[in-house]
Amino acid sequence: MTGSKQALAQPASSAGAAPGKQPGAARRAHGRGRPASGGSPWRSRLYRWDMKASPYAFITPFFVIFGAFSLVPLLYTAWYSLHHVQLSSLDHQTWAGLDNYENLLSSDFFWNALKNTFTIGVISTVPQLAAAIWLAHMLNYRLRGSTVWRVVMLTPYATSVAAATLVFTLLFAPDNGMVNWVLDALGMDPVNWRESDWGSQLAVSSIVIWRWTGYNALIYLAAMQAIPADLYESAALDGATRWQQFRHVTIPMLRPTILFTVVVSTIGATQLFGEPLLFGGVSGTKGGSEHQYQTLGLYMYDQGWIVGNLGKASAIAWSMFLILLIIAAINLLISRRLRKS
Amino acid sequence: MRTSTRRSHRMTALAAVAVMATGLLAGCASDDDSSSGSDNGGGNGGGKTTLTIGTFGTFGYKQAGLYDEYMKLHPEITIKENVTTRTDVYWPKVLTRLQAGSGTDDVQAIEIGNITEAVQTQADKFVDLGAQVDKSQWLDWKNAQATTKDGKLIGLGTDIGPMAICYRKDLFQKAGLETDRNKLAELWKGDWAKYVDLGKKYMEKAPSGTKFVDSASSVYNAALGGAKDRYYDADGNVIWDKSEGVKKAWDVAMTVATSDMSAKLKQFDKPWDQGFANAKFATVACPAWMVGYIQEKSGDAGKGNWDVAAAPTAANWGGSFLGVPKASKHQKEAIELAKWLTAPEQQAKVFAKQASFPSTPAAYSSLKPSPDTLAYFSDAPLTQIYSDSAKTIPSQIFGIKDQPINTALTDVGILQVEQKGKSPEQGWKAATEEIKDVLGQ
Repeated sequence: MTGSKQALAQPASSAGAAPGKQPGAARRAHGRGRPASGGSPWRSRLYRWDMKASPYAFITPFFVIFGAFSLVPLLYTAWYSLHHVQLSSLDHQTWAGLDNYENLLSSDFFWNALKNTFTIGVISTVPQLAAAIWLAHMLNYRLRGSTVWRVVMLTPYATSVAAATLVFTLLFAPDNGMVNWVLDALGMDPVNWRESDWGSQLAVSSIVIWRWTGYNALIYLAAMQAIPADLYESAALDGATRWQQFRHVTIPMLRPTILFTVVVSTIGATQLFGEPLLFGGVSGTKGGSEHQYQTLGLYMYDQGWIVGNLGKASAIAWSMFLILLIIAAINLLISRRLRKS
Repeated sequence: MRTSTRRSHRMTALAAVAVMATGLLAGCASDDDSSSGSDNGGGNGGGKTTLTIGTFGTFGYKQAGLYDEYMKLHPEITIKENVTTRTDVYWPKVLTRLQAGSGTDDVQAIEIGNITEAVQTQADKFVDLGAQVDKSQWLDWKNAQATTKDGKLIGLGTDIGPMAICYRKDLFQKAGLETDRNKLAELWKGDWAKYVDLGKKYMEKAPSGTKFVDSASSVYNAALGGAKDRYYDADGNVIWDKSEGVKKAWDVAMTVATSDMSAKLKQFDKPWDQGFANAKFATVACPAWMVGYIQEKSGDAGKGNWDVAAAPTAANWGGSFLGVPKASKHQKEAIELAKWLTAPEQQAKVFAKQASFPSTPAAYSSLKPSPDTLAYFSDAPLTQIYSDSAKTIPSQIFGIKDQPINTALTDVGILQVEQKGKSPEQGWKAATEEIKDVLGQ
């Protein structure tokens, strides 16, 4: 946008004025030079119209699709959440006011799902990000075949949730799964991974960790490589060890990146759905017989599509949205605080 | 020169974006049409008509070659089957499409767990098939399940799930139990509790690594399948916690769950499949459709080791219907197809292929399981066992939330007792809470 404005303001600026510095602007200025200076008024009007309208035309598809598939459903969900609606009779809606929300606040199932979402979120996000930083730090050294390592890191991310979960479900199978087999070899009792309270949460978290650690590591790695080498040099001159360099140079420089990954992971954790659903197998929407790993996403799906209480499911959806807003606000506060310090 | 190529590039790009955008929007609109089968161009007038049929799981029509046969009989018809593996994914999709009045298939399969919801809430979205067929072809209770209060028949019965017990002779023998199917049937006749008693005996000398039964939930479902009252009364009130049938089935399931006779597997889960392959359990409640499943999952190793005996009580578990949505653009052709597919002759062909049991008694005299299946199940008289059961199944009342209530009892209540060591009272309480949540109370 800035580029085109500049080009408009200085139609005659020569192509050589800013080569390399602002390639976009330069190219446009070059291309557009003639029709503006010479040519019919009609053409120039068309040209001006083109310059003004085209950017909007280009971004329109996104907004059309966003509106049709995100905004309208979002608002419609809000409308549903204020009604009693059954999946089997969508046209028969009765006004419920805030009933659905009150129902949620007094429902053990909702609070349980919220708690699970939080604990699974913590169990999966914290080790994941810590491991990612460590891996990125390792990859940041000169390594033989560094590209290979980086590609390998990204493969779990490229695996589908379904495939990954299927494999993990087999690993965590109570009877003949590999995890229990290892536990047995270590002389420990086998765990019923799907029905145990903490065991099931650990198992679900492990899928998330496995899938996302490499992705975050690559983001950290990119940020680490942008840290100027002279910082390390001067730190080394001052006698800082590797660990001190990592703590006092790398981490502070990564702060915005860390914040970004925390936000993205938190959003992902709040919406956690596919992994626990598939991990649960048959009637996976229950998240275990005691709902020990039923996340908010699962509870919403269970209410909406299995049980058919669309009104309540919509209320859960909006509660999740509000929770995300709160998280975003907290994040904003923290990042402001960080920037000030 | 350069300017104009640039400009034309830009214009092309713009045009491309515009085309893509309209294409996307148009795509949404035309998608509905094509899936309801009007993409054949010709319509009814001479050209080919494409009929779509929406099913879930494995209906066996394709496997038994019925589509090809029908297309040969009716050269102007092309049949396309849209299969969704799981009913809990399939049914919500159908519900929304029915109500939107578009996007449905020309023939739509309905599972027994959803038929009451369809009858009570979607009847006006389905063609009344009552006048189109000879209703006496089907078992009365099968018709009754798909009939509305004002007498409209919205679905034609496909298969049913009459009950038997499938058991492994080899394991029974090792455990020192009776292996003759008639004597076994006599032993547990009339009461599922007797079947469970035999389980206790089995566990006394059980071959190592094996259990008597796959899960407590399967015993519960089987026992409930023969009960007159389930979760609802005839007026549509929820009576699950007062229902005699539920109470009895629950008690039997609790005996299983609190003993060591269950392999504690969740039905239709991967480990359950592996349980068949590795002979982890000696018996399984065996509705007719289970026969094909066992054959597939138990594999060659199970051949000749499995046998089938009559169940303690006549019971039904599962079964489906075919309905024709009013939104179908080829109602006449769709009705013909649904009629043909559910006719006794065709049901017999599906039985021969995968032992899905017909809901049309006229087919019973001519039923022949495939030789493979017979050999697999030690030449058990499958036809006789299942048709005897089918004829005496009580008419059951289903309700709108039958499926989620059942899930609450099996996958929450029973599972907690079986796998988490909770007491039966705790399990019952958990199921009660769950059902309250399901019913929005």
